[in-house]
Amino acid sequence: MTSIADAVRWTRHRCITAALLTFALAISSVASAADQPKDSDVDEFMLDNGMEVVIIPDHRAPVVTHMVWYKIGSADEPPGKSGIAHFFEHLMFKGTTNHKPGEFMAKVAEIGGQQNAFTSYDYTAFYETVSPDALETMMSFEADRMRNLILTDDVIKTERDVVLEERRARIETSPEALLSEEINATLYQNQPYRIPVIGWMHEMEQLNRADAVAFYDRYYAPNNAVLVVAGDVDAQTVKALAEKTYGKVARGPDLPPRIRPTEPEQNTKRTVTMRDARVSVPSFQKSWVVPSYHTAKDGEAEALDVLSEILGGGTMSRIYQELVVKTGIASSAGASYSGTYLDDTSFTIYGAPRGEAGIEQVETAIDAEIRKIVRDGVTESELEKAKNRFVRAMIFARDSQSGMANIYGAALTTGSTVKDLAEWPERIKAVTADQVKAVAAKYLNPDRSVAGYLLPPESAEN
Amino acid sequence: MNALRQNAFTHVAVTALLAVIFLTLPAIMPARAAVTIQQVKSEHGITAWLVEDYSVPIISIKFAFRGGTTQDPVDKEGLVNLMTGLFDEGAGDIESEAFQNRLDDAGAEMSFDAGRDALYGSMRMLAEQKDEALELLRLAVEKPRFDQAPFDRIRSQVVAGIMANAHDPETTARLSWSKALYGDHPYSRQDEGTRESLARITPDDLKALHGKLFARDNLIIGVVGAIDAETLKKELDKLFGGLPEKSELTTVTDVEPKLGHEIDVTYDLSQTTLRFAYPGVSRDQPEYFAAYLMNHILGGGTFTSRLFQEVREKRGLAYGVASGLVNYDHSAVLAISTATRPDRAAETVQVIRDEVKRMAEQGVTAEELAAAKKYVIGAYAINNLNDSASIANTLVGLQLDKLGADYMERRVDLINTVTLDEVQAEARKLLSVAPTIMVLGQALDGGKG
Repeated sequence: MTSIADAVRWTRHRCITAALLTFALAISSVASAADQPKDSDVDEFMLDNGMEVVIIPDHRAPVVTHMVWYKIGSADEPPGKSGIAHFFEHLMFKGTTNHKPGEFMAKVAEIGGQQNAFTSYDYTAFYETVSPDALETMMSFEADRMRNLILTDDVIKTERDVVLEERRARIETSPEALLSEEINATLYQNQPYRIPVIGWMHEMEQLNRADAVAFYDRYYAPNNAVLVVAGDVDAQTVKALAEKTYGKVARGPDLPPRIRPTEPEQNTKRTVTMRDARVSVPSFQKSWVVPSYHTAKDGEAEALDVLSEILGGGTMSRIYQELVVKTGIASSAGASYSGTYLDDTSFTIYGAPRGEAGIEQVETAIDAEIRKIVRDGVTESELEKAKNRFVRAMIFARDSQSGMANIYGAALTTGSTVKDLAEWPERIKAVTADQVKAVAAKYLNPDRSVAGYLLPPESAEN
Repeated sequence: MNALRQNAFTHVAVTALLAVIFLTLPAIMPARAAVTIQQVKSEHGITAWLVEDYSVPIISIKFAFRGGTTQDPVDKEGLVNLMTGLFDEGAGDIESEAFQNRLDDAGAEMSFDAGRDALYGSMRMLAEQKDEALELLRLAVEKPRFDQAPFDRIRSQVVAGIMANAHDPETTARLSWSKALYGDHPYSRQDEGTRESLARITPDDLKALHGKLFARDNLIIGVVGAIDAETLKKELDKLFGGLPEKSELTTVTDVEPKLGHEIDVTYDLSQTTLRFAYPGVSRDQPEYFAAYLMNHILGGGTFTSRLFQEVREKRGLAYGVASGLVNYDHSAVLAISTATRPDRAAETVQVIRDEVKRMAEQGVTAEELAAAKKYVIGAYAINNLNDSASIANTLVGLQLDKLGADYMERRVDLINTVTLDEVQAEARKLLSVAPTIMVLGQALDGGKG
């Protein structure tokens, strides 16, 4: 139960290295931005207690994806309590006043369903994938644990051990993940994204029952939640079932707007370096804080999406063609931007050398590609091809029921609306070459960047 | 447990060790199939399974040529894997860059992948651009160029990947594990090859192997999406009609995994990874589903399994723990895997051993078996029908396992007729054997290592 979404964005880029012989990843970063069905038959409404509901019909298979998204993520945690959002996600799988521990999971398993949950900076989500006739049961269990959890010290202690093991598995045993945490803490000097989703080890160890109860009472309520149902169902049925289950849960306290600390002006070039015996080939990344879809103005987020695609989005991108194909100095290289965040997000370039080339050469060459765009912009043909890839990715995205549910859930918990998603394709199509050039010039300044280097031990280098 | 989104690099690392458990579970068909499989045969005798569906205007095709990395010649390990990186690097008269441009313009995603027992290919395309997309796929499959420049580049990328993992404990562990289980059998080799073996490979080697491997008699095809059977028949002849009739595969022998070993891969890590291998059951054995249900109850990937309850829920020893039947064409094992803090690793080993022993001696209860049957029957649609690509995968998997297009109807009965005694018999047979155990991290006693 659980996982950490985007806890370590650095590592996503490295993944392309690992998967270098497959195509899929080149586009997946694009598809995650936002998409929606062509025949916009997505329905939305609100329950009387303030719970938002979104329904995405998909009648291809007798399957329904039922998700509850809470507008609470690690970036909303109180100071000193890092990891509580993710820890609490785990605790949601414990017993309630109505259901014994394990009863919900046994029910889902019994009908051959799948369930899990995940936590990110801006949201926590719980889901079950089941046959449509089990939807009401799932809603009933999910509505129950929204308010009726029993949290004993015993439960807390054992589950805390589990998340500590999770941290060891995901972070402590991986030099890439450890470096990535510290790059984020350097990139974001003031925004809460500087703190890892899973939490800092020393703070996780201290999380206790009082923290958990306070967190639950504050954030787990229908007026802080979005229900997303995708699959073989119709809107009327979902509405009736939602009113019967979630509709019975009392509205919680009104929460203040999610206004978090923002970044101060950056005036420096910062560098974070890690050497580790497990590293044989060096690699680097460079990041900038840039607007997200929620914080951007004047179409800058769309322009950043297009820029990232043209600059380093896949094997057809400028960086890949120049460094990997033409000069051959890199084994992997690219760029990424992920705009689905409530606060400002990051734009990243990355690369690893190959053959006799050094890491400095790779960095210099990527910087040169950025300068070229800042100076000369992008061509109409590049722009057109990049847009086509986005449009295509949107059509492909409709093929996955759970993928669609995730796109809507993530958008609605990071300040976007169903309408935003509907308009997104047109807004991508409207991006001009000048806008792409402008965001490159405005945000990708090498003198105000944060670079991360993952290197072999000093002695092993020559 | 099964992370929906975990950070990608950790995912790669975890995959390296858990892949053997999670990625090779058999394809299972649903109680009530939501899909109708059409068996299509082209004029030239090429067969495919088709699921027609027009709800999204796309087509997914997946195909497999039997004979995967086991077909690598001795001393040229990594050949098949390298080949999979070169199909979009030029074909027919079109060189690399032009080919990729056309693929991009056609709006098609093409990928190839090397398995141990088969080489897989797939394409996902927009229905309205299928003609151009399929023509490019035909060229890639039938006439890959393997030009020197892209060959050198892709090979050096593979070498860079191997070098990058040279000091990675999990990579080391994975190799030790394969060696211990499979000895000198091709399954023990490194699928991506080694620096040395890759240095020996030339484009001519790729051409030679391509000629032997890409044929019609070892080809299996699944298609899903906006295309009808008549149209598909014509496309099949165009796509694969130019391939030779017969493949020339190197014979691969069956191998009994070597059990009863202890492997210590000692590193100073903050978490200890544990793996156990017990005997498995091959896919074509009548007792397969008895073993499958037994494994499901022991540690089969849900929150309700015995191992999950004992190791994680009751004791908080680990984040993930699971067992699975790992089936290749020529070998089968039941593997258990978890990771825990070094000072409690010995305790975790004991908890797992106790659960295995309890299963071997006492089997399962009637309630557990009934619940497992319901899960295994019901989970099919959810696990296999999420999108067209996964349906196409399933169509290919069923054919590779020679299960027949009526398998989905038969499967429910195959599961429902399994008895408590049969499960008990499998538990005793598989779990009474001394396993091979691998410990990655600090040595178990914690003191000596």
